[in-house]
Amino acid sequence: MNLIQLVEAEHLRFDLPELRAGQQIRVHTRIIEGTKERVQIFEGTVIAVRGSQVSRSFTVRKVSHGVGVERTFPLHSPRMMKIDVVQQGRVRRAKLYYLRDRTGKSAKLRKADLPA
Amino acid sequence: MTMGLMGRKVGMTQIFGPEGGRFGVTVIAVEPNTVVKVKSADGADGYDALVLGVGAVKDKHINKPDRGFFIRQGVEQKRHLREVRVSASDAKMFEIGNELGVSLFAPGQFVDVVGTTKGRGFTGVIKRHNFHRPKSSHGTHEVFRHGGSLGTNTTPGRVWKGKKMAGHYGNERVTIQNLLIAGVDADNQYLLIKGSVPGPNGRLVFIQRARKLNP
Repeated sequence: MNLIQLVEAEHLRFDLPELRAGQQIRVHTRIIEGTKERVQIFEGTVIAVRGSQVSRSFTVRKVSHGVGVERTFPLHSPRMMKIDVVQQGRVRRAKLYYLRDRTGKSAKLRKADLPA
Repeated sequence: MTMGLMGRKVGMTQIFGPEGGRFGVTVIAVEPNTVVKVKSADGADGYDALVLGVGAVKDKHINKPDRGFFIRQGVEQKRHLREVRVSASDAKMFEIGNELGVSLFAPGQFVDVVGTTKGRGFTGVIKRHNFHRPKSSHGTHEVFRHGGSLGTNTTPGRVWKGKKMAGHYGNERVTIQNLLIAGVDADNQYLLIKGSVPGPNGRLVFIQRARKLNP
């Protein structure tokens, strides 16, 4: 193990599920507002997973009040509480940026089996 | 005082802060820095300083005068030497053969890092001086990365001194000031420094307490 891996190992988390493009997920993150701390949930479709090791991150897209909202999370962040995988959509590519151009039914993904 | 250490740039990665913020850090591996010589104001040298040595070196890579120096000091020969100025009281705390490591620094301190930047060879003005690229269309031909005019005509009739032109770029000594120490690992002898430091991975850098913050 080289020194870089050693440094990263301290920050890696193994308690979170493997994410894949097309998954419907609920991301629970800790939010600190002044002195108060609460958990915020962001639910949507994973449209991209990028990076490796400690710099791995993923982008979740949802449509909120008719407006498309995308949020990118660092996977190994200490603010990440948990990630629930709700369902897996059937997709044929790793990056689902084409969903941005679609609305309504064509923006829906067919359901697939969750990876084991 | 400008107490410092020699180390080797290993590379960069990201870490998370206590609040969850993500930032880039440079990993610097520190081999033991051996005190090779102690200079003192009362002695022949006339000032207080330590000479630090780092890294093993084969006999064939060291010349006779240098080998003689190491034999006289009674220490193993080292590949790299560097002198650090210390106060008279600090100088008395060290003797030849002492080894310094990362414990010289603590997280939260600020340091200056001295290194040699990546050599880029003979480089044009766009890369070297951040010139803009000229228009590539509307009649332009053969001059896509040129620097434009060098100056005016009969007055002054010459090119100003210091005019930015193409030339050798990189491979120069650079000091980056006031970098934060993000982590110190005494077991594995490495430092984490927030931000980037000069030079390619594997190059020797010198880390010293920030001069402008530690008078």
